[in-house]
Amino acid sequence: MILLLQYTLTFASVLILVALGGCFAEHSGVINLGLEGIMIMGALGGALTMRYVPTGSPAIVMILAVLVVSALVGVIYSMLLAVACINFKADQTIVGTALNMLGVAAATVIVKAINTAANPDDVSSVIQYAGPKQAFLVNIGGFEFNWFMVVTLIALIFAYVTLYKTRFGLRMMACGEHPQAADSVGINVYKMRWAGVMISGALGGLGGIVFITAGVSEWRFEYGVAGFGFLSLAVMIFGQWKPIRIALAALLFGLFRALSNVYMGIDFMASLNIPSQVYNMMPYIISLIVLAFTSKKSRAPKAEGIPYDKGQR
Amino acid sequence: MKKKNPLKSNGVQTLLASLMCVLLGLLLGYIVLLFINPAGAGQAIVAVVKNFLNYSKSSMQLKYLGNTLVKTAPLLMCSLSILFAYKVGLFNIGVAGQYCAGIGVGLYAALAWNMPWWVCMLLAMVAGALLGAISGLLKSYCNVNEVISGIMLNWITLYLVNMLLTQVKEETSPYTYLLASKNPGALLPSLGLGKLFNNNQYVGLAIPLSIVCAILVWVVLEKTRFGYELKATGNNKNAAKYCGMAEKRNIILTLAIGGALAGMGAAMLYLTGYEQWQCSTSSVPAMGFNGIAAAFLGGLHPVGAILSSFFIQHITVGGAYVDKTMYCSQISDLISSMIIYLCGFVLFMKHAINVGIAKREEKAALKAAQQPTQADASEEKGGDQ
Amino acid sequence: METQYAIEMLNITKKFPGIIANDNITLQLRKGEIHALLGENGAGKSTLMSVLFGLYQPEEGIIKKDGQVVSIKDPNDANALGIGMVHQHFKLVECFTVLDNIIMGVEPTKCGFLQKKVAREKVMALSEKYGLRIDPDALIEDITVGMQQRTEILKMLYRDNEILIFDEPTAVLTPQEIDELMVIMKNLAAEGKSILFISHKLAEIMAVADRCTVLRKGKYIGTVETANTTMEELSAMMVGRNVNFHVEKKPCEPGEVVLDVQHMTVPSKTHNNNAVKDVSLQVRRGEIVCLAGIDGNGQTEFVYGLTGLEHISGGKITLCGEDITKASIRHRNLKGMSHIPEDRHKHGLVLDYSLEDNLVLQRYFEPEFTDKLGFLRRDNIRKYAQKLIDQYDVRSGQGPITTARSMSGGNQQKAIVAREIDKEPELLVAVQPTRGLDVGAIEYIHKQLVAQRDAGKAVLLVSLELDEVMDVPDRILVMYEGEIVGELDPKTTTQEELGLYMAGAKRDEVKA
Repeated sequence: MILLLQYTLTFASVLILVALGGCFAEHSGVINLGLEGIMIMGALGGALTMRYVPTGSPAIVMILAVLVVSALVGVIYSMLLAVACINFKADQTIVGTALNMLGVAAATVIVKAINTAANPDDVSSVIQYAGPKQAFLVNIGGFEFNWFMVVTLIALIFAYVTLYKTRFGLRMMACGEHPQAADSVGINVYKMRWAGVMISGALGGLGGIVFITAGVSEWRFEYGVAGFGFLSLAVMIFGQWKPIRIALAALLFGLFRALSNVYMGIDFMASLNIPSQVYNMMPYIISLIVLAFTSKKSRAPKAEGIPYDKGQR
Repeated sequence: MKKKNPLKSNGVQTLLASLMCVLLGLLLGYIVLLFINPAGAGQAIVAVVKNFLNYSKSSMQLKYLGNTLVKTAPLLMCSLSILFAYKVGLFNIGVAGQYCAGIGVGLYAALAWNMPWWVCMLLAMVAGALLGAISGLLKSYCNVNEVISGIMLNWITLYLVNMLLTQVKEETSPYTYLLASKNPGALLPSLGLGKLFNNNQYVGLAIPLSIVCAILVWVVLEKTRFGYELKATGNNKNAAKYCGMAEKRNIILTLAIGGALAGMGAAMLYLTGYEQWQCSTSSVPAMGFNGIAAAFLGGLHPVGAILSSFFIQHITVGGAYVDKTMYCSQISDLISSMIIYLCGFVLFMKHAINVGIAKREEKAALKAAQQPTQADASEEKGGDQ
Repeated sequence: METQYAIEMLNITKKFPGIIANDNITLQLRKGEIHALLGENGAGKSTLMSVLFGLYQPEEGIIKKDGQVVSIKDPNDANALGIGMVHQHFKLVECFTVLDNIIMGVEPTKCGFLQKKVAREKVMALSEKYGLRIDPDALIEDITVGMQQRTEILKMLYRDNEILIFDEPTAVLTPQEIDELMVIMKNLAAEGKSILFISHKLAEIMAVADRCTVLRKGKYIGTVETANTTMEELSAMMVGRNVNFHVEKKPCEPGEVVLDVQHMTVPSKTHNNNAVKDVSLQVRRGEIVCLAGIDGNGQTEFVYGLTGLEHISGGKITLCGEDITKASIRHRNLKGMSHIPEDRHKHGLVLDYSLEDNLVLQRYFEPEFTDKLGFLRRDNIRKYAQKLIDQYDVRSGQGPITTARSMSGGNQQKAIVAREIDKEPELLVAVQPTRGLDVGAIEYIHKQLVAQRDAGKAVLLVSLELDEVMDVPDRILVMYEGEIVGELDPKTTTQEELGLYMAGAKRDEVKA
């Protein structure tokens, strides 16, 4: 049961981080469908940092380095979306999809290149980080506490305060709701949207590293992030673009995802003899059902997905 | 109207923009290769572009051209599926799952029920159509974004197909039974085409059939009432509703047809025996996503899709010919995904071309005569906000 | 030397490809005056204001503020010079509070955090000083149009703007709200603000403005003191000829009932109330019935419910004796309902389709245009389109193959009218059919409506324009907050009486 709680919190952390990322982008008016790609790139940055920070460095150095690099890579990668969708008014769906594919391909190419350079016989796309990962874990009576959970909590508070208590948040949401109105009072819509997308990049990148370190000590980058970017968008819609609700929705989804990791350890579930594939499907099925019931009344930011053109008023 | 500037034609612009995407994509791929290892980058990018031409004997070239064509057919079907739905304003990212469903049901029918090929193909189409219809239902009745529902369905389908095909897999390996030994009747007829490609046993019906499908899609979109409705819905769904087109029905029907095309594509590949399904597959087949690249690169035109599908498949297969001690074959995935990214800029490129033309014409017009025409247009400027 | 002008736009010329939107226009706004800018749609008022706000750079001419030449590159420059504007379509974020909307862009902050308390005090002080009643914590989507407009005015005052521009501010208001606005504008001017009042409503200009500048077709016609002029004179300046506002028509001879709506109720998309509440009405052959009212009182939803664009939650609709309450849109159209939609870009046209494809939008499925196998019969479509184009004088660059998007608004509307009338409907529903059109096109469309009536069709006109409401129909039904509150005879009623009904100040028990 403790294991279930631990996994639930870990996967919920991923979903919260990435969904908040999606939330920032959408509040600024850009639909970020490239979160999968951003996650995988962030994960790549983090994993490589784990690999290259010298073993024996203090845990705090490791933690900070991994967090900063993951977020930074996510931000840089998200700029590809920002420049295309905001400045060139490209179709946000196409660009997002391209970024997802590009993320997986690029990460695979990079990891393989690194692996092959280190050892000509190694053509895998795997990075191992069993050792460095320990820096993030604190064992409290069987419960593996993970520093990422704190990061998530901070991100959640940050998101809430930023959106509802600051000038920046007010202006950004105005750009997602009514960019013409924002522009008419001197707010630079392009700038705010860039900011929204870049924040989503940072959060997506963080989500990526949390995801690949959840429960495993190595990651094969060819696999991407298994639709978690899109699950996060489902969480965001279920959470009605509001940080606190997103967190609650993420806990629910995290629970279902966690089940597939730990159901063998729970007697009554193991005795049901359901194939593991069914548990794997669960989060996706749940999200479809949830979306089917919540999308009709959803209150998405009004101007999301519509490129802003200064000329059209 | 005097002589018409060829650059003004939409088709020419699309072609130019697509060529630009391809060139830029290859250039970026080359740059990435340079970063990884400057020594063999030139050779590697050439290997990717040459694909089957990497073989020196013409018989081998033919054989491997055949292999590329075998995989082009399903890719073309996937890209048709995407572009068909896109005309209605839907982004059918669920094509990967629909393709996957086609594999699952098609192979299962062939291996478990020993059905002939055409039944397998029909069942594969039905499976894809069903999946597409689910996305369509969710979209039209529950307002669920078809991209998100498509992705969710992709994963659900993947696991379902793994479960289903586990029942027809080899005892000792994760692969499904060999079609040729278990049920040769399910193999697509070769129509003698294999002989043309140095006895490539996989070449057959699929290739001409996929081209026929492309032409059919074009005819439906351009010549029929159904196509008229679909494009009206895609261009302005409110107007389509206003004039009584059954919007919900059209959305569902379109996605179902898209799904059927993808499912058929799956049958076109897996019923050749070219590939077996690995029942422990943990990611959705890339064919569907490459279909997105092919659809957009082909300018969302069925005939363009034939060319672009071949090109995308050509470089995807070509990726296998890079020097493995330095690079990996995913370099071609990298290139195709960059091409899709660049396709996002096509509108901008066309716009740039048009602005260029307009500027030149305006200058010419100013020289010719200064006479305000289109008084009506000025009325509009002030009136409508 | 101290100048008497707050802002001067001197000899402004702005060209667009093919047209001159502003041709040597001069506008001088005195300090503390209310100055009206009068002109028809398309006269160049919007362009001139866009120049003032830096959205367009003029080819010729200069702008002076307090006698100094200034350069305005974008709206921020204009704001910095103390120029503020209440746009015709409000620029308010619907899910924000009134307070948030007022302070947006100039928020008082401490370390990046909003200081709403400080803001609220300043807003409430302004609100009291100028008599602008608002509820700072209400969401924009929940308040009346009048309060939204007061929010916009407070936005300008909060920024200490000295030059206030009102773009067609009365279009969305009830007569009573208009009176209130007039008082507010006079207060503001008395406090030293300079006001530019853009309008094409002569009575309002005469009532509130000190001076008036008139534009016509991009040209400057003149500036007059309102005290020394008459409405007739202004009108002549505006249109260049004496327009016969009155629509010629024979007496009405209503026949049998074509449309019978009983107790229709339509839920609202934006709030929890019903947008249309228990509305019953009838339209007979050979009469034009007008549904009048201020924008947003349920007319749009009523039409959506009637034409099937939206589901109704209660009531019964009968068309030519058949119950069509639950019928599909296509079925209604086939049964003889034609609909000239309110928004021609949203509903009326597929802008990327050619003109001919748009002209068959309601008929493409008929055997004449689609063969048995489902293929379109292009020859017939072309022939039919050409016939309509000739008959209704729809002008476009390349005839039937012109893209609808590239056509002018007037001709787009003509195409829709042609399509809907040529269907030979039993009932023609025309919603704001003349919106945004010039006088010639308006006259044309009014004539077509009357012709339909005379041909024995039933016509339901939905209009916001008082002139249109008074002149075109045979019967007026006034809608207020989702209900029909009065039935008036245009021959005997007055604009004042109509206004009282539209404002909800007067109501009768109306039977259908």
